[in-house]
Amino acid sequence: MSKPKVGVFGFTGCGGCQLEILNLEDQLLDLISAVDIVHFTEAITEHSDNYEIALVEGSVSTEHGVERIKKIGNIAKIIVAVGACAVSGGLNCLKNLYGTERAMELVYGDKKDWIDSIEVKPIDQYIKVDYYARGCPPNRFEIVDIVRSLIVGRKPEIPNYPVCVECKRNGNTCVYEFGMTCMGPVSRAGCNSRCPNSGSGCEACRGVIDDPNVNAQKDLLARYGLTVEDIMEGFNLYNACNKVPTVENKNN
Amino acid sequence: MVNNLNIEVSPVSRVEGHGDLVINIKDKKIEELIFRIPESPRFFEAMLVGRKYDEPSHITSRICGICSVAHTCASIKATERALEIKPTDQTINLRKLIYHHENVQSNVLHVYFLAAPDFFGAGSVIPLVETHPEVVNIALRTKKMANDMVRIIGGRAVHPIRTVIGGFTKLPTEEEMIIMRNMLEASYPDLEKSLEVLKTLNIPDFERETEYISISDPDEYALYDGNIKSSDGWEIDDQNYLDNIKEKVVEYSTAKHCWAKRDSYMVGALARFNNNYERLTDNAKKYAADLGLKAPCYNPFMNNIAQFVEIVHSVDDSIRLIDKIIKEGLDDDKAMVDIKPGPGRGVGVVEAPRGLLIHDYTYNSQGKVEKVNLIIPTNMNYANIENDMNALVPTIIDKSEDEIRLTCEMLIRAYDPCISCSTHFLNVKLVNK
Repeated sequence: MSKPKVGVFGFTGCGGCQLEILNLEDQLLDLISAVDIVHFTEAITEHSDNYEIALVEGSVSTEHGVERIKKIGNIAKIIVAVGACAVSGGLNCLKNLYGTERAMELVYGDKKDWIDSIEVKPIDQYIKVDYYARGCPPNRFEIVDIVRSLIVGRKPEIPNYPVCVECKRNGNTCVYEFGMTCMGPVSRAGCNSRCPNSGSGCEACRGVIDDPNVNAQKDLLARYGLTVEDIMEGFNLYNACNKVPTVENKNN
Repeated sequence: MVNNLNIEVSPVSRVEGHGDLVINIKDKKIEELIFRIPESPRFFEAMLVGRKYDEPSHITSRICGICSVAHTCASIKATERALEIKPTDQTINLRKLIYHHENVQSNVLHVYFLAAPDFFGAGSVIPLVETHPEVVNIALRTKKMANDMVRIIGGRAVHPIRTVIGGFTKLPTEEEMIIMRNMLEASYPDLEKSLEVLKTLNIPDFERETEYISISDPDEYALYDGNIKSSDGWEIDDQNYLDNIKEKVVEYSTAKHCWAKRDSYMVGALARFNNNYERLTDNAKKYAADLGLKAPCYNPFMNNIAQFVEIVHSVDDSIRLIDKIIKEGLDDDKAMVDIKPGPGRGVGVVEAPRGLLIHDYTYNSQGKVEKVNLIIPTNMNYANIENDMNALVPTIIDKSEDEIRLTCEMLIRAYDPCISCSTHFLNVKLVNK
């Protein structure tokens, strides 16, 4: 059996997802021996347009990016969106909230016409995505699991339950007890509740579960004297491109 | 040998981002030389406007995955200055400790994964797995040690969780401090082996003196804090960076160009080495001497060697810091200080692995961001890379096209440009006319 050809591609983002792949120190050599990495701009010089699996990091935020992502969509048989920027647009979407034109003017002034920038979108707004490795940064072991599953032809298992499940399993004291805001009750697990483990609230970087118990969240907020606005600001940190279910529109 | 040549490398690979280089040579003279960064702009200066005081460090961490600790610390320092928050000494020591290891991780990544393949005639680290397995294993072990340090202190290797304004949301345990100390001690044999490998590298012989700018501290090799200092003799308080550091938009690039007293300057490991050599540990100085690196050094290719010397320094100094922290005892009561939001302006300046990094925030009375200025090291190096290239190309003009192309790419990679900050990097274009 020939090894599957894999391309790793970077779009608008911080390069942290590609770095998380390189941070797989203990498994990197096994990974390299199991697949044929034909494209990885951050790490290798060679470029190839012959690949079956594309791991894509970053959002699409330029006209040039639109062309590139469509080309990848035409070549790859399987597309994996890696990290919040590719999955949901991630933090990049904060630019949309500010307004692209306004942002260009603020940063580049009267030279803004030199800059190629369009509304930020996640990659599945342009091509079909088969699997999502969520998070900012993504869980590097989940990336390995997805690639391993693809090699053996199994469907990767991505959790669809809230972070609270993992957080309880880890024996953490609920951060609400410390007066913090936490998206855990409605955010998708798979990170091993790493922020609450470190004494911080969850920021929903893996997005929202498919059927969030929004009302329960509202009760929880009320119990700890927090407002809906507090929590919505947290939601739009990584999910501003998406319509996040709010207490209001869920009740409507 | 070529008279007319058009080199275009697009994208230049093995840099953390995306860049293009275009060189047109006619009658052995450079007609056009452009190093451009067509990387998608991110607009962090706009994204931050209106955000609450506890968010910028999380948001700006995402400017760069490779130097997320640096952005986090620059951001925290700017906010703490603006809101007049004074973190405890324990916090400062732990920040310095985590800071060392992002620098080690990034320097290992650059020296071994991105730059070293050039010296072994390979296109990437992947063929080295077969041809130089011992080198790859040293690199992976050292990188893992540094990442584990960042994980233990920050909660995560990329985009740290625990480092926040006011202090730490959670402290490492004393047991973890001892584990880290053991990891550091265990890394010395690999540093020795690295030294032997690096001695064999054939580093291009090229010099161009320029202005070197870094932060500086009379008591230590400054990474986390210090005044801004130039090799041209000036030194200013970091809050006054605008007095001497200027930037402008250039047409062919999303990254802005910077200058100070001359038309360009260099930041990064070599600039730090040149300005702060005296404050390196004796052990790091010995490694530098063994590798033929002396301050001041005007060969930009030696930046790779300076990065390695810094790895040695960081391991040495981390052991000192850990001993100090253990001796003073970790105290949960000193983990965080109280925060009172209010108006104010603050500047946070640190040494990111790639050089001087500046965050400048203005907050309104509700503690929300009103105005932001960010200056990243790759932008600062950008004009200097072009100036180096203009000086370098005539000295290698009689070499083959492939050699010219490779040497130019190596020069760019030597600077370790991290272009995700604004950008992405490296397309070299050589076109025959």
